[in-house]
Amino acid sequence: MGIKSKDLISLADLSVEEMKEVFMNAKSMKDIISRDIKKVPTLRGKVVVNLFYENSTRTRSSFELAGKYMGADVINISASSSSVAKGENLRDTAKTLERMGADIVIMRHPVSGSHHILAQALQARVINAGDGTHEHPTQALLDIFTMMEHLGSVEGKKIAIIGDILHSRVARSNIIGLNALGAEVWVCGPPTLIPSQVEKLGVKVTWDMEKALEAADVVMMLRIQLERQSKGLFPSTREYAKLYGLNERKLKLAKDNALVMHPGPMNRGIEITAEVAEGLLSVIEEQVTNGVAIRMALLYAMGGGKGNVVD
Amino acid sequence: MLLIKNGLVVDPSQNICEKVDILIKNGRVTELAENIEAHSDMQVLDLAEKVVAPGFIDMHVHLREPGFEHKETILTGCKAALRGGFTGIACMPNTRPVADNEGVIELILARARKYGLADVYPIASITKGQEGKELSEFAILKECGAIAFSDDGHTVRNTGVMRRALDYAKMLDALLISHCEDEDLVGSGVMHEGLVSTQLGLAGIPSQAEEIIIDRDIRLAELTKSRIHIAHVSTKEGVEIIRAAKKRGVKVTAEVTPHHFSLTHEAVKGYNTNTKVNPPLRTQEDVNALIYGLQDGTIDCIATDHAPHAREEKEVEYDYAPFGISGLETAVPLAWQNLYLAGHLSLMQLVNALSTAPAKILGIDRGTLKVGKVADITVIDPELTQVVDTGKFASLGKNSPFNGWKLTGWPIMTIKEGKILMKMGDLIV
Repeated sequence: MGIKSKDLISLADLSVEEMKEVFMNAKSMKDIISRDIKKVPTLRGKVVVNLFYENSTRTRSSFELAGKYMGADVINISASSSSVAKGENLRDTAKTLERMGADIVIMRHPVSGSHHILAQALQARVINAGDGTHEHPTQALLDIFTMMEHLGSVEGKKIAIIGDILHSRVARSNIIGLNALGAEVWVCGPPTLIPSQVEKLGVKVTWDMEKALEAADVVMMLRIQLERQSKGLFPSTREYAKLYGLNERKLKLAKDNALVMHPGPMNRGIEITAEVAEGLLSVIEEQVTNGVAIRMALLYAMGGGKGNVVD
Repeated sequence: MLLIKNGLVVDPSQNICEKVDILIKNGRVTELAENIEAHSDMQVLDLAEKVVAPGFIDMHVHLREPGFEHKETILTGCKAALRGGFTGIACMPNTRPVADNEGVIELILARARKYGLADVYPIASITKGQEGKELSEFAILKECGAIAFSDDGHTVRNTGVMRRALDYAKMLDALLISHCEDEDLVGSGVMHEGLVSTQLGLAGIPSQAEEIIIDRDIRLAELTKSRIHIAHVSTKEGVEIIRAAKKRGVKVTAEVTPHHFSLTHEAVKGYNTNTKVNPPLRTQEDVNALIYGLQDGTIDCIATDHAPHAREEKEVEYDYAPFGISGLETAVPLAWQNLYLAGHLSLMQLVNALSTAPAKILGIDRGTLKVGKVADITVIDPELTQVVDTGKFASLGKNSPFNGWKLTGWPIMTIKEGKILMKMGDLIV
């Protein structure tokens, strides 16, 4: 099969069938990760470039390991130590990488929509590892994969996404994917962190965390960036934690076997207490493992430049 | 002598919309009559099936010179004007240095005169350096040729300063042009705030950021009994505020750009930076209100806000790209197609919005084909359909979201003081 779209910029680039295939393959990839020798030759001779214009530990190492487990040659480029610091524009940087033989370019960039510049300029396939406040499709895939492992299916399940929805690329991609798979998505946060007309994306909106938590099957907490406070979006981390922090007491409102998720990195004590993060319902560490598996499955599906695009 | 025969002359200043001939001598209209007989000493232009209008005036253009000649120059801007069917353009003061002194105003006027293409009317800044603090020398600048005053690109943030500017302008009957944008409310916004900004994850600019300042400046014009012109109105409520003010008798005029009545925020999908413009592209409801505003006269005229940028400046990430659309060379067919052909405006209304009305707002003796007046003429071929090709623009700014659009109703001839300076998109100079 494979993935029809040349690039994965938005989760909307994947059909439901393609998503399901990625999930299916991710299961086998998990087996590889648990092996003693974690290496298959599937992508031997392929070049994967991690182009990161923002700091990242989790996503970057997850992609890097995924590429390496699959046998590809992986290089990492971070903006601070590259020609970008010398003022090279994005298109030129990308072109340079392609001329050196990159088959897949994975990029994280602080500006929404930046991947379109790459996608238009390159024959190589482009995977979005997070663009500004737009999307983070691989995070949503691993989130949904994790949910499906526990719940079987997300159809009809109540998924509460709580926190800074306005700036969250994780939320946007999850909304697209979860809606496509028939889940009931709720978003919750203070009005200053809820984007305009978000209800038109097909989600329920509330400022009241208790309503969002009520009978939820999944509670997905988002990271709150502390600099949002100084920009006046909320008065203090103390008040934020009081209104939108997840603790054991609030979690009781959700279903007994609800899943607690967080894309990381966590601000313990602000959006989530340590007890909940490490509690019985938490699947936060599983998300990390699944992240590698999902990215392996994706690289497998997209692993050969444009020639692999299924017509 | 030039004799224009058989064209459909549309001149709102004389309430004419009929087939008449025009005789031009020494750069001025000398006769306007049915069937003027041709003589051997006349150059005869047969413009049957064409629309002949007083030269179009664009009262909102950025020529970038001095200071940003990589984006546009006075020469290329004037050429773009002629290709676009404009015989006169008013240019905004956000040059480097800012047009807040006689030197810059005189430089612009001298260079424009030297080229002898379109008329250029420099607009001086309201405040020194466009900093919103101290008033520019209105009297001295007006005397040396400033046609109006504006801090375009910025609102005069301080309401007290704006009030004094309006008050002071009154004694000179000077026109103030207001760029309405509450910059604190805009924040880091790059497009209209709504469903599309949410989907694209781009920071939004609410309509209210514009409306609050439109309302403020209209109230200040009311307080000071001065005139004010609202630049590039883009929202439904903005139109409402102006309509209500006109009803109260406030001396307010307003303009709309072709991109604001031709595109909505949906155009931003795909992150084409040529859709990044300030004020941003709004919703279909706003577009409808803008067109209705032109119909009932709430909005007086069409102005392009021609904002050329270099390719490398626009070929970057959406947040990093500068705001602006290169508009001179697509304005007429966009207006023709989206306003006239779409049945929203009559021919007379259309020509009024492009010529007679802006001339009147600026107080220049143009926008008319009356006998004795300067023979600046724009000729439109209502049948001509062609594809916008920014590669052919005379403007250095190729930043148009309309590249590749098929449009009908193009300017095919621009006549300046009786001389044909543009024909079928080619400059004759």
